[in-house]
Amino acid sequence: MTGNYTTKKTTPLLQVRNLQTGFKIDRKFYNAVENVSFNVDRKQIVGIVGESGCGKSVMSLSIMQLLPNGIGKIRGGEIDFEGLNISELSDKKMNKIRGKEISMIFQEPMTSLNPVFTIGYQIEEVILNHESISKKEARLRSIALLKSVGIPRADKIVNEYPHQLSGGMRQRVMIAMAIACQPKLLIADEPTTALDVTVQAQILELLKDIQETNDMSIILITHDLGVVAEICDEVIVMYAGKIVEKATVDELFNNPKHPYTDLLMKAIPKMDEDVEKLATIDGLVPSIINMPQIGCRFANRCPKAMPECLTVTPQLGEVEPQHEAACLLYDESWPAGEERQREGVPVL
Amino acid sequence: MLKYTIRRLLGMIPMLILISIVVFTLAKLMPGDSLSGEIDPLNTNPEYIAEMREKLGYNEPLPVQYFDWITGFLQGDFGKSTRFKVPVADVIIEKIPNTLFLGVMSLLITYILAFLMGMYSGRKPYTIGDNAIAGVNYIMLAIPSFVAAVFAIYFFSFHLNWFPFGGSVDILVEEGTLDYWFSRLHHVLLPALVLGAMSTASYTQFLRNDIIENSRKDFVRTARAKGTPLKKIYNVHILRNSIIPLVTFLGFDFAALIGGAIITETIFTYPGIGQLFLDSVTSRDYPTLMALTMLLSFLTLAGNLIADILYGIVDPRIRLD
Ligand SMILES: Nc1ncnc2c1ncn2[C@@H]1O[C@H](COP(=O)(O)OP(=O)(O)OP(=O)(O)O)[C@@H](O)[C@H]1O
Ligand code: SF4
Ligand SMILES: [Mg+2]
Repeated sequence: MTGNYTTKKTTPLLQVRNLQTGFKIDRKFYNAVENVSFNVDRKQIVGIVGESGCGKSVMSLSIMQLLPNGIGKIRGGEIDFEGLNISELSDKKMNKIRGKEISMIFQEPMTSLNPVFTIGYQIEEVILNHESISKKEARLRSIALLKSVGIPRADKIVNEYPHQLSGGMRQRVMIAMAIACQPKLLIADEPTTALDVTVQAQILELLKDIQETNDMSIILITHDLGVVAEICDEVIVMYAGKIVEKATVDELFNNPKHPYTDLLMKAIPKMDEDVEKLATIDGLVPSIINMPQIGCRFANRCPKAMPECLTVTPQLGEVEPQHEAACLLYDESWPAGEERQREGVPVL
Repeated sequence: MLKYTIRRLLGMIPMLILISIVVFTLAKLMPGDSLSGEIDPLNTNPEYIAEMREKLGYNEPLPVQYFDWITGFLQGDFGKSTRFKVPVADVIIEKIPNTLFLGVMSLLITYILAFLMGMYSGRKPYTIGDNAIAGVNYIMLAIPSFVAAVFAIYFFSFHLNWFPFGGSVDILVEEGTLDYWFSRLHHVLLPALVLGAMSTASYTQFLRNDIIENSRKDFVRTARAKGTPLKKIYNVHILRNSIIPLVTFLGFDFAALIGGAIITETIFTYPGIGQLFLDSVTSRDYPTLMALTMLLSFLTLAGNLIADILYGIVDPRIRLD
């Protein structure tokens, strides 16, 4: 499960640099994603975790340029895909990339498929969008794809409508659609959140299998660190629109640095524990309108917060080799933090 | 689906019986009968009138009269028009093609206008074009159809001389020729436009709102993520969904159109069912009136059935059984 964090001789598949994405609310822009930078290497699975509302979907929709038209906008930064900045491409050019080079699957399998078209039509559409083959060939391809994602009776299912399938089956259809043109990158935005636990495991396993056979990279968005531990190479922890910690999976699980990551770890359900006693983090992610402009955005919920946390904005920096965190506790120019951390005395 | 249709058709029978009783009772409750409308009481022998009443069965007890009427009705004998002195069926059958032609033309106009405007507005909501369309539509909605009809005749027939003033066809052209059909089209266009414009507004705004709503759905995002061009998303993915509620209107509209035609046909002196209906009221031609009311009721019920069947056809999630 070790990521290839160290061996980056070639350019990464995807490079996101200083991404800023905002929404227009009452004629003013508010950033939902701020200064987000990360890389995705070829054949790598990068997990992005964080609570609801921390900007994971907005970040992934920015990469795909699928932000709600007129409301959401990329306001800064670059998104380089195979060295090409795709954040400024026209919709027409983006259509050549979407579904072909980068695909996406979504959280809600129940509503993500068009209810009035057959499964077959919807899979064929993506193939016909990008390849000039006959409808008949496309149909055969979609049957094969359905089989490859573990759908039984695929030759019957192509003629059925989404409402005739279960949630897990629909998510498999979404996956079949997403991998139809063998994209280099798959963005999976909480692909298992809406599904039963047993189905979740099957879908994750399927994604992992496809990743291996297709030599594909995956950005896996989730708010479940347990999922990350299972299949990711590298993890990015987001909070309130910013990256707060970034490391390889092993490093992050053995040595979490950011207090927020710490709390997320405690919230992972354990098999032998009663689910009702699941630890949750008190308080809420600040909304994008009420985002603190200076200081640490986690300060109001952080058990280790110090007075400086309200006035000094922590920057993402290396705390261990290949391990970055944005917290004043690890800021070397902030010795007070180190001491307090040793004493472990919460100040606020 | 066949089973469903048969079941629904059978279900219509008690409704129609109930309606026939109401229609009959109302006709009997109306002041006067066909004799008082047609005959001048001042210069006709009252004994003759009484005799005629007896002969026509107007003195029988009401249930007997109803039974006579309904049995005849079921056998296709709708009675004799007291105004035209010919079987009601003949009168109605003569007028039906005109009304159907008008109805279909106006539906076509409604659908074409509404689709063009609704799809534009739905795709570009809150733009100048959308607001202009909404403005035009609300004006059309606000103007009563009889006012619109009078204005249309005044401008297009009287001033510009583009369309004839009334009738359904030029009496000089020979039936069956190309000129004949062209003349019919020429005659039907203006009333169809007025009648069609009436429902255009609601269709347009409905389609617009449905398109806007559907464009925010998750499946649109999925289609975008597949690299489908926006144009195709609107014209295929969204439209196919937005058509569902519209198509079901078609069934209801069918009956509503004939109702709406009453005013339009009268103003345009277009010889159809609507005009016949109004004329039958003024001349107390109850047999015709009753038959027409039954026809309209049947069409309404049939329209409902058609709407439901269409719904089952266009929406794969609906199963009729
Ligand atoms: N269309 C929108 N208009 C205005 N604000 C939005 C819009 N979409 C998202 N936001 C805001 O952006 C922030 C990030 O939302 P986002 O959907 O990315 O969260 P998320 O991390 O994906 O959460 P979840 O786990 O619930 O999917 C939230 O504060 C949200 O309110
Ligand atoms: S900077 Fe301060 S408030 Fe923010 S996570 Fe670190 S200790 Fe907590
Ligand atoms: Mg999300």
